Formats: sequence, structure tokens, C-alpha cells
Amino acid sequence: MSDFFNKSDLTRQDANKIVSETLNNCDDGELYLEESKSESILLDDNKIKSSNYSSDLGFGFRAISNEVVAYSYSNEISKDSLKNSSENLKSTLKSIKGTYNHEIPKSNKKFYEDINPIEQKTLDSKLQVLNKVNDFLRKKDGSVKQVTASFAGEQKSIEIIRSGGEALTDVRPLIRFNVSVMLEKNGRKETGVYGIGGRQSYDDYLKNDNWKNVCEEAFRIASVNLESKPAPAGEMKVVLGPGWPAILIHEAIGHGLEGDFNRKKTSAFHDLMGEKVASEGVTIVDDGTIDNRRGSLTIDDEGTPTERTVLIENGILKNFMQDRHNARLMNTRSTGSGRRENYRHIVLPRMRNTMMLSGNQTQDEMIKSVDKGIFAVSFGGGQVDITSGKFVFNCTEAYEINNGKIGSPIKGATLIGDGPSILKEVSMVGNDMMLDPGIGTCGKAGQGVPVGVAQPSILIDKMTVGGTKL
Amino acid sequence: MVKDQEFLKSKASYCLDLAKKMGATDASVTVGHSISETVNFRNKSLEASDRSDGLALSIETYLGKRRSSISSSNLLDENIKTLIEKCFETTKITPEDEFNSLPDKNLLAKKISSLNLYDETRFENDKKIKYLKDLEESASTNNQIINTESSFTENKSNFILANSDGFCDGYKTSSFAASCVTVAKDENSMERDYEFSSKRHLSDIKQATDLGNKAAKQTIRKLSPKKIGSEKISIIFDKRISKGMLSVFASAISASAIARGTSFLRDKIDQQVFANSINVIDKPDIIKGMGSQNFDSEGVNSNTLQLIENGILKNYLVDTYNGKKLNLESNGRSGGTTNLYFEKGNISYEDLMKKNSRSLYITETIGHGSNIVTGDYSVGATGFLVEDGEFKYPVNEITIAGNFKDMFKNITLANDLEFEYSVNSPTMMIEGMTVAGK
Repeated sequence: MSDFFNKSDLTRQDANKIVSETLNNCDDGELYLEESKSESILLDDNKIKSSNYSSDLGFGFRAISNEVVAYSYSNEISKDSLKNSSENLKSTLKSIKGTYNHEIPKSNKKFYEDINPIEQKTLDSKLQVLNKVNDFLRKKDGSVKQVTASFAGEQKSIEIIRSGGEALTDVRPLIRFNVSVMLEKNGRKETGVYGIGGRQSYDDYLKNDNWKNVCEEAFRIASVNLESKPAPAGEMKVVLGPGWPAILIHEAIGHGLEGDFNRKKTSAFHDLMGEKVASEGVTIVDDGTIDNRRGSLTIDDEGTPTERTVLIENGILKNFMQDRHNARLMNTRSTGSGRRENYRHIVLPRMRNTMMLSGNQTQDEMIKSVDKGIFAVSFGGGQVDITSGKFVFNCTEAYEINNGKIGSPIKGATLIGDGPSILKEVSMVGNDMMLDPGIGTCGKAGQGVPVGVAQPSILIDKMTVGGTKL
Repeated sequence: MVKDQEFLKSKASYCLDLAKKMGATDASVTVGHSISETVNFRNKSLEASDRSDGLALSIETYLGKRRSSISSSNLLDENIKTLIEKCFETTKITPEDEFNSLPDKNLLAKKISSLNLYDETRFENDKKIKYLKDLEESASTNNQIINTESSFTENKSNFILANSDGFCDGYKTSSFAASCVTVAKDENSMERDYEFSSKRHLSDIKQATDLGNKAAKQTIRKLSPKKIGSEKISIIFDKRISKGMLSVFASAISASAIARGTSFLRDKIDQQVFANSINVIDKPDIIKGMGSQNFDSEGVNSNTLQLIENGILKNYLVDTYNGKKLNLESNGRSGGTTNLYFEKGNISYEDLMKKNSRSLYITETIGHGSNIVTGDYSVGATGFLVEDGEFKYPVNEITIAGNFKDMFKNITLANDLEFEYSVNSPTMMIEGMTVAGK
């Protein structure tokens, strides 16, 4: 746990006094203190290309009255600096008065340990793993032309000080291990990428030589793509595999159910609460409480304990994801979804681990039911236009389906759909729900936060596949 | 006030001295300070204000051919000392890499000429509020506009780059940016669009009313879109999308992608990669340019580069490390391009629109569908169907796809180039791409 008050002339008493005095006539707000330590080590082109360590320290001071949010941050934690910020907030909110809401739920559950993953594994042993990855892949097959492997680790300590002096703290570890391989055969080049991670130590993920499985998976994806043919273009049936393809849910539905877009009525979902937005059998939750997952949080960045929020239950829209600010303005409660990339950014309602729950059909049944379509197994990134509801994501491993059978692999293509209607096109939900391997980062308003996704195999009756073959 | 050169220089030399004292054979350090203030409006009233004040430090230490780096926002001397110790300890156990080195001394920038990148004008928050009020007033005159959001950001930065070969320089920059996002609704649909202006000097920012009007107009025209069928069709890219083609091209000719062999443009120097009417230039010394610089992120002097001459690839974007790997001298592009642009074409926008009886005009793409290794391209798109040079109706929920190797050779550019951003392109037409729709 970081002690933020041994670094300068700012004492806890001073901070409490400035915070309380600033937020006295506001509806909400807090002082957010953060210290993070992070490392990234990269092997590329047969060499350790970079090894970077970074330490960051700062505060963000927020005051909210009515609909107005005033925010000020600095990476100098001192009495003067905090006073400057306070003046800044007061000048923005000078004519707007509020009543401070002291209520914040409590929980003593924790979803990860207070560890510093960077210190738990020596630099030397990390370098050894990266070199083993490189040797393993290059010896594996003559077609391997490039190998990139990396470690990224972080420990973030936060403390939230509310008006009246209430303090909430959290220590968050996060790691990621990633392998990318490029193959070349008959003049064709293709890459395959795979990674794993979450809120535990590196060795929790790398034990039993698990790095080999990561290599094999990256190699397998690249090999499949070497044989890929141009993807078809047009509307067709799409079977999605379990796990990571749930970024479809994240893009198509998740963002549209974030509180801010619905308060502002700019989301295509804002007037659909209680309505049927998905096929029967489709249940989607956003869960911050799964142990050690990348998207899990003990408390969110406003200090609210996270929870498992039911977004869609059996096809019916039940809840939006809320931070305190949007919840207050919409007369509801925070779902523990208030997040920020770091102290430089304001809090926004964000996803944690977004999951579609299992149904009772099998992937086999889905494939057999398709005359002409595609089977999408792995994806790159996705994106959504909240207002029109249109979303895309890019296949990195996909196959044709012809007459109920999986055919040739197809080249990376973008799939496009309409968020509010896509889940009504889901005609089968599999019994094989799987979590993603722990690699997702979600971007919103220029802020990236770690998230997770999960889903079973699903069959979508109609989606547009953006290939080149007519 | 943004910290002055003297303060940053003293921190930089403290770092270099300390690294040397610990035994580093070489070191380089960047110290920067940035202050920015943003005001956000929504539906004609104040929504948020945001002030940020941030110091940043990054250091690289060398021990012969070993190298590692650290970065931090905590500039207290005690913290810097701990970090440099950690950095140097890491350097000692990092394997050697024969290409690691500071830039060649004779390539370092010597004379710094003023590019007028700093405007000290202070635009008080009250003035930002007035600007945004005017902007949103003009954005919401049409009753189909149901939501407006806008913001004004003012930024002042200063930095010093210093290395153990004696390089020590830096300068102040400023930027002012106004943006507006509008949402329009009719009985069939809800659509969003935007407009923004970003400049080094306050006086060059677009008029608030022009920005608001334009955002609203661009949003309303998207209402009630249709989905079209899948077909091959010639595609016209609006300027805000065509400049993205240049960004893809830039990442494909970065020395790192070339050295790693992961670019579809590898080994294409002196070969035809674009249509022969195409010229691409990267010019670092445009006065007040958004991408202008006196030297790159390693201190290397950067001159104007003709990247494409009559369709032929002439230069990669070279930094010190990858340059040594490729046996090329750095051309001052560590950190990428500066002010990158296509030279204007010789056909008017109107004639380009009429060139085919039927084409698709793209105003927005979504998704990360550019593959630099294979050149494959597939993204979601929004736009308009064009017939006989006129917008017929808005189109959405389609994708467009092709391969850059073919696309680049089928580009026709209009003559409407303007220098608005750090990457600029005229309106562009590409023939032979595939649209996937119904």
C-alpha cells in the first residue's frame, strides 16, 4: 500500500481539510491519489529490443454539482498543488450549489492479492522466458520469419478521500504475456498473435511451461491464415466460437448500455429499458467480481465495490452500467462501474468483464444448420458508433461454412452489424461459455482500461461479412 | 505557467551527470512539462472543466551496446536517483545489441530556426465558454439536432532533449483545439457526426459558428440511411478519411517494419507502389505546422523528404537503431512523420465526383481493418451514394475492402489539398474496391 503522505509537505490532515472544504457545497466528488509502477520487456527480431520501467504518481481532484464536473490533476502531490486544484474547482462551480452525498456502499471482499508482480519474478528469469519463446518458435518450423514476445506488468495503488475524511484504498496487480509470430511460405506472409494475463503473478500464468501453449496457439493461427482464401462479401449466417469473440457483445451491446450515453440519450438503447432487445435465452451480465480476472476490481475508481450487474435477462433489457455521477442524475444507484485509465482522467461508466451466459445447444448443431456462412473463431479489435448502433470487429481466424461443414480458412475480414437488432438475430446459444484469455483493453474517450469478455458459441442468422469475394 | 527552459535543462543535466557517475557509457534524457485546460459543453450549458498539469521524464542509459529505459512523472531528485539506479542495474543485465547507440553526432540538429509553434496567448475559461456557447447555438438551430457536445482545449508544452554527446535543446509548443459532436434524429434513425479545428495559434482556429453549422449539416444529411447491395464500385474518400491512407502508408515504410520484414512495402525502394501521378512529401519545417519539428525524438536533424515521386517509393522513415540495422543513415524520423501530405492532383472535386456515373462517397470508417503485413484492408463504413456528381442518399452498415498494393495504384486525387492537420490529403478516388452490404 502506498503512503501518499510521506512524499511532500502534504499531511493527511491537510488533505482532509482541503477536500472537505472544497466539496462542502457540491453534490459529489473526491480526491483520487494514485501510484503506479509498471514494466514492459520486449523481445523482437531475435533480440531483447527494449526494457522499460516506469513509475507514476499523482492526484486527480473532482467536484460535481448538478450536471457539471470540474476536474484538476497534477503529478505533484503537495499542499500548494492541491490548493491550486481546489481553487480551480471552486472557480468552475462558483454559481452552482449542491448537497454532498456521503453514502457509499462497503464490502470486505477482495478479488485479487496485494502483490507487486514486477518484483515477484526477476528480470533475468523474464529475459530467459522470452529467449526460450524465440528459440522454440524458430526451431519449430522453417516458415517462422519473425517472433515478438513481451511481458507487461503493473502494480497500481489508489486511495480515494471523500469529503469528511473517509478513505478507501485498493492495490491492483495486472500482467500480460504476449507472443506474435510471422510466417512466410511461397511468398505469402501471415501473422498470428496470442496472449494471456490477469491480476496474478507472472508465474501463475506461466507455470508448467504454459508459455509453450501460447506459442503453439500463435503459430497455429498464423499457419491457418497462410492457407486462407479471400473472404466472401455480403449478408450471411455467422457462427461465433466461445470466449474472446464475445468482444462482439462488448461492442454491439456493452457500450450502448453505459450510463452516460443513456442519460444523454445518445445511445440507440436509451428508450429500450424493460423492452425485448435480444432473443429469448440471451442473458448478458457485466461482472467485476470474478477472482483475478483482467476486468475485475475490488472497488471501482470512485470507491464503490464492484458487483455482477445483469444487463439483459432472457432477452429483456434490465440495467445500465452506472458510475455515481450518471446514477445520481438518472435517480438510480452506482453499479460499481466508475473507471478511469489513471489520475489524469475523469471517471466514466465502463465495462468490467462482460459475459453472455451459456444456453443449451452445441457448436456442432450450429455449424450443421448453416448452408452458407462463416465460422469465426478469433478476433482482433472492434469498434462501435453508439448513436447509429453500428459496430464492427475484425476476424483473425475464420472459416467458410458450406452445407453444414467447415471449409477453408478465409482472410481477415471486418464484420459489421447493428447493435440494437443483432441480438434478436441470435438463434442458437451454446452450452460452452468460456472466458477470454485475459488480453482485452477497452478504449473510450481516449482512455484505455483493462476488461474481460466471455460467451458460449452462438449462431447469428444475419450479419454482413466484409470480404472481397462477391 | 509552463516550466521554463532553465528548469528543464537543470533536471536533464542532473540526470545525465548521475547516469555518468554510476558508470553509464552514454545516456539520453527527455524532460517535458505540459499544462492543458479543457472546457466541455453539452446542450448549450457547461458540462465539465478539466485542468491538467504534468511533468514527464524519460531516461535511457547505455553500457556499451546494452541499453534500457525508465520513465516517470515524479521529478523529485530523490526519486530520479532511485530510478536511474534501477535503470542502470537493468542495463547491466540486458543483453548486448550491436545496433544500440546514440545518433551519429554529425546528424544532430545544430541550428534551431523558429517555426512559430508557440502562441503565448492565454484563452481564459470564460472566453472558452463564450466560444462554445456560440458554437452550440449555431449547431442547434435545426430542430432535428437533439444533442450537442463541444469542447475547447488549450495546451502549452515545453521540453528539453539532452544526451551525453552534448546535445541539449528543446522548445515550447502550443495548441488550441475546438470540437463539436452533434446528434440528429428523425423517425427512422439517429446519427452522429462531428467537426473540429486544431491549431498552433489561437487566431487560426475556425469561427465557432462555422464549426457548429458544419457539424450540424454533416449530421443531418446522414439521417435515414440505406444499406446497399454488395458490389464492386469506385469509392471516393472524403479528406478526413483519405488522410488515413497516408498514415497506413507511413507505418508500412517505417524502418522498424521494414527491418523486421513485416511490411507489405519491404524491398520496394525505387519501385512503383502508387499510380504514377502520385507524390507524397513529409515536410518538417512548415511555419505553425501541427506536425512541425526542428529535430526528431533523438535530436537528429530532419529535412523535407520526398517519400513518393511519380508513384515510386524513394525513402523509408529512418531512426538510428533501425537505420543501423538496414545500413541506412537516420533521416530524422524517429517518432514518425512530421507534416505528411499528398501533393494535390489535377482534377477538381466536382469533376472527381462526376468521373463515374455512380460511386460511393465515404465520410467515416470504423474498425481496425488495416493489415500492414499483407496489405489487406477491410473496414466498416458510412457515406453517401453518388450519382452524376450528386449525393443521392446516405448509406451505412456496409464494409469496404481491398488490398493496399492494388488500392495505391488506383488512386486519383482531386486538387483540393489544404494544410489543416499534421497529415493532409485531397479528396481521393479509388477504383475497383469491394463493398459488402445486403
